[in-house]
Amino acid sequence: MNVFTFLINVLSLGIPFSVALLLASTGEMFNQRAGVFNLGCEGIMSIGAFLAFMPPYLLQNTPLAPYANLIGVSAAVAAGALLGLLFGLVTVTFRAPQGIAGIGLQLLGWGVAGTLFRFFVGGVTGIPGMKNLQVPLLSSIPVLGPILFNMNALAYAGFLLVPASWYVLLKTPWGLKVRAVGTYPRAADTMGVNVARVRYQALVLGGMLAGLAGAYLSLGQAKMFADDIVAGRGFIAVALVYFGRWNPWLILGGSLLFSIAQSFQLAIQVLGISFPYEFAVMLPYVLVIAVLALTPGSVVRGPAELGKPFDREKRV
Amino acid sequence: MKQTHRLLYILLISLGAALSAVLLGAIVLEVLGKNPVAVYRVILTEPLKDLFGLTEIGVRMVPLILVGLGIAISFRSGILNIGAEGQIQMGIIVAAATAIYLPPLPRAVMLPLVLLGGALAGGLWAGIAGWLRARLNVSELLSTVMLNYIAAQIYGFLLRGPMIDPAELQVGSGTPQSVRLPKYAWIDRIIPGTRLHYGLVIAIVLAVLVYVLLWRTRWGYELRAAGAGPKAARYGGIKVESCLVSAMVLAGAFAGLAGAVEVTGVHRRAIEAISSGYGFSGIVVALFGGLHPAGIVPSAFFFGLLLIGSDMTQRIMSVPANMVLVLEGAVILSIISAKMLIADQYLFERFSRALERAGRRKGPESKEGPAAPAAILPSKDPSAPGRDAAEGGRS
Amino acid sequence: MKPEPIHSLAVRGITKRFPGILACDHIDLEIGDHEILALVGENGAGKTTLMNILMGLYQPDEGHILINNREVHFRTPVDAYRMGIGMVHQHFMLVPNLTVAENIVLGAREYHRLLKLDMAGIQKRIREISERYSLPVQPDAYIWQLSVGEQQRVELVKTLCLGARFLILDEPTSALTPQETDELIELLKRMAGDMSIIFISHKLAEVTALSDKVAILRQGRVVYQGSTAGQSVANLAALMTGHEVVLPCNECTGAGGEDILEIEDLRVRSDRGFFALDGLSLSVRKGEILGLAGVSGNGQRELADALAGLRKVESGSIRYRGRELANQSPRTIIESGIGYIPEDRNTEGIVPPFSVRDNLILKDVRSSRFCRGPFLRMDEARRNAEELQQRFDIRCASLSVPAGSLSGGNIQKVILARELARKPHALVAVYPTRGLDMGAEEFIHERLLELRAQGTAILLISEELDEILNLSDRIAVIYKGKILSVLSAREADKRTLGLLMAGVVGEGAA
Repeated sequence: MNVFTFLINVLSLGIPFSVALLLASTGEMFNQRAGVFNLGCEGIMSIGAFLAFMPPYLLQNTPLAPYANLIGVSAAVAAGALLGLLFGLVTVTFRAPQGIAGIGLQLLGWGVAGTLFRFFVGGVTGIPGMKNLQVPLLSSIPVLGPILFNMNALAYAGFLLVPASWYVLLKTPWGLKVRAVGTYPRAADTMGVNVARVRYQALVLGGMLAGLAGAYLSLGQAKMFADDIVAGRGFIAVALVYFGRWNPWLILGGSLLFSIAQSFQLAIQVLGISFPYEFAVMLPYVLVIAVLALTPGSVVRGPAELGKPFDREKRV
Repeated sequence: MKQTHRLLYILLISLGAALSAVLLGAIVLEVLGKNPVAVYRVILTEPLKDLFGLTEIGVRMVPLILVGLGIAISFRSGILNIGAEGQIQMGIIVAAATAIYLPPLPRAVMLPLVLLGGALAGGLWAGIAGWLRARLNVSELLSTVMLNYIAAQIYGFLLRGPMIDPAELQVGSGTPQSVRLPKYAWIDRIIPGTRLHYGLVIAIVLAVLVYVLLWRTRWGYELRAAGAGPKAARYGGIKVESCLVSAMVLAGAFAGLAGAVEVTGVHRRAIEAISSGYGFSGIVVALFGGLHPAGIVPSAFFFGLLLIGSDMTQRIMSVPANMVLVLEGAVILSIISAKMLIADQYLFERFSRALERAGRRKGPESKEGPAAPAAILPSKDPSAPGRDAAEGGRS
Repeated sequence: MKPEPIHSLAVRGITKRFPGILACDHIDLEIGDHEILALVGENGAGKTTLMNILMGLYQPDEGHILINNREVHFRTPVDAYRMGIGMVHQHFMLVPNLTVAENIVLGAREYHRLLKLDMAGIQKRIREISERYSLPVQPDAYIWQLSVGEQQRVELVKTLCLGARFLILDEPTSALTPQETDELIELLKRMAGDMSIIFISHKLAEVTALSDKVAILRQGRVVYQGSTAGQSVANLAALMTGHEVVLPCNECTGAGGEDILEIEDLRVRSDRGFFALDGLSLSVRKGEILGLAGVSGNGQRELADALAGLRKVESGSIRYRGRELANQSPRTIIESGIGYIPEDRNTEGIVPPFSVRDNLILKDVRSSRFCRGPFLRMDEARRNAEELQQRFDIRCASLSVPAGSLSGGNIQKVILARELARKPHALVAVYPTRGLDMGAEEFIHERLLELRAQGTAILLISEELDEILNLSDRIAVIYKGKILSVLSAREADKRTLGLLMAGVVGEGAA
């Protein structure tokens, strides 16, 4: 196998791998831009993955089978919105500390997904999953074609989300409100922006995207469900947003970086280079720490109010 | 008057929080098609029915207390330790390795070495995150979580590879577990026939020591000041960064010790799922116990009860044991919400005044002092001037 | 929607409570067409709260607001804006990482389309307003790039763009030099031709210069309301505080021994990276109060931090009784005997959840007095707290209550007690009376003068020119990180200081 083929392998594995991370971190970006960070992303992804898995699993040989994927994805997104709402209740309305609230949400999501899976399914079962859609014309381009234009619908949606979220954040009234609320909520408040409502909206959007990310994992990528299918991607997504300076394009870059690192180690194993696979699995997590350590600590450019609750009636 | 209002307020909020957590769990149970009341009854009462159940709660309490104490120290010092899972695993590995690879020694020497090894391992593992926070301002929330995943891989690697029991390889079953620890590295059982071991004594003694540390020593004062008022602490000459690192290392040491105690007291060999969630359960135990040793011990009992109870519901009612995670998550969310609501002065004032208004409307039986004569007719006009003047709020 | 002109605005019986405080107590006020009303009162008198109610930020517990004799209810700031009320807050309500135009369009709903913002439209409106009122602004500049004066202009343009027919200004001159203040007064007089204005101030000289009417609040109640003409500053001050207030004044006798604190050629960076202190030299003598005057943002923060050991000194030296202290740890500096009253008492001066008793030993917790080996001596701590509570008249329910629950004045007393009990040879006091009422201010000034008499060298950093003029033996003016000039108190007056604070050196006004 030559270097070229090896690289193609790495990319064609790595790029689809990045979709889950991309979706989750884009959602988290909206959260953080509005001033809230949701560590429960991992839990929402677990529930999303499970809910997207169930309809295809249950409806396998029934007339509803062709719609199963759609039902699954919708359920995942709806659950994500609900959990985002719950998180909003705890952190925006009750003003509880966001870090611990996130851990609580994560345990909740993880627990619900695991409990329901163990009860209703039991063992590891495969599902047909999503088919890849080949973009006509573009997928015939040599080299790039098979890599970039042969993915499933959710993957395409994920990549299209990047310019879309850039636009929403920087060019629309809602995006302006989000940015104001995350930096100086009191100022936004005096201008009639409902700080709590904007934060709820961001959290619901973030939850929906996290649910979608989970759905991609079970439906689009692994085509099955297991307890540990999310494997920390939700936490990595939160770290990515910080590493990507809350910018959709840099976040895209970061997701690709991590996923390609992951697919790199898989490709190496295929080559038969003996390497304890545990160390390979460890790689993304070590990478996150390394990247966090090397990112300059000044948060001057970040949402200044990240993590702090807003209280209008507080006497200034 | 205000005192009773305050007590009522706290009571109502606590009740609401407890109810919300119970309800969240009940929703999941309904989805499973189980009767929530029946399940809760099993969880809360089955373990208490016999000696075995009670001692098993005691067994669970040990790591919960130890991890909880470490978490309390770290949270009070202003640094959040989510990495207990990984720190426990590091503790297990080093403790087991110490017991297995050192030449035979009398228990009085070996056991402390083993426990110390576990604590050191956990402390160092946590220290990485502490150092990253103090020097490079890396959020410990993220670094400790990542370290958990890394530790899990190291643990798996060692148990499947270098530290695997040669017997497993011979037999060909390949179960990732180490050899049995030598007898002189065991913590004795308190009640023969059960798994309850003297680690519980160690845990309770440490709880007392942690109390003394945090509230009666200079070091504890500085740690708490660094957590409660870092800027003022800096102005006061306290090295806040060192406090963060030491608090994190201590928290890790407690978690590592929990792992060491588990492996020498309960399982007597390193196996795959020892830590099974104690790292996270410890957080809930600490929060539920008010981050205070006196609260953590009973809180550990309660959550030990939940853990054993969930195991039993799995056997008796086929409710998966993961249910306990759902309850833990719900409890965390409820507790932190309740804490904020209780501390909300503005909300309390509105509550208090609403009670006053309700009391006045009840008429002359109200104990609020001499009733203004004209104003206490079952009112047609709640905005009568007399009422406003009486309420005129010289609060 | 164009709001109709506001010919009269009145509040009747406005009452507002916060936990433990009655901020507004049945307040009645009236303003007519083209009038400028000054709302005056000490800190905590209820002025800002009242204005926030008028702005729709807080809900009154009782009372009504009447505009043009019709009752109105403001549930949110949007309602107030719709009626034409615009407010310029003391701390500007501008989002730093957005541009001027973005900040203004944030509140201007007419320019919000479903998926886009009408930036061209808002730019046009900004230009119109800018020209009409002579308030030049750069719509595409980011707020963090602008100076304080420029930001204030943006705030004014913003409220006008949002349709304000009635202006409320909260302490508009707090961050301005005396010259900028004069300019603002002229501007406001011009604008009164178009609309009515309420401005909040505790600077009585401005009040007499600018307003037609004055209303004085004390402890949430209106104690005087009437025309300004004919009122003297002293009269107003007395009404404001309720008694004849004569703040203690430094007689300047016997000041100045040897130099205790010598700062030489100090260069210190700000958070943004540039040199906030650029070769600053200063010395404070034994038994004197050296006042440091200057508009905030000229390096005071960085100087204070460097003296406390909390910021790196790039070059230069700080010598205290001959000992070099630059870049030493805060602990070393504390142990050498310098006292320090920090700027933000709530977060830098006390640990809010700790009890009063525990806060009083914050700096001495390692000493042998409060520590036996590793263990704390709780009984000594208690004794210490009781003694200090007596000496400094600290009012609190008990010594075990969290220090954060005390009033501002009492918190400052706790800090003062802790610092003074250590008998420092030098004291750095940073904005020590900011946000305090006159009673507390009086107390602190007395203690400072006492300390001076005992021979302590005191560096007083303050924004209040009155405080500096009253208390100092010598006055230094800081400008862009250097000391522009050091005057003796006798030579200094507001005008001279004002010029220096704006960077004008030498004779002759600009």
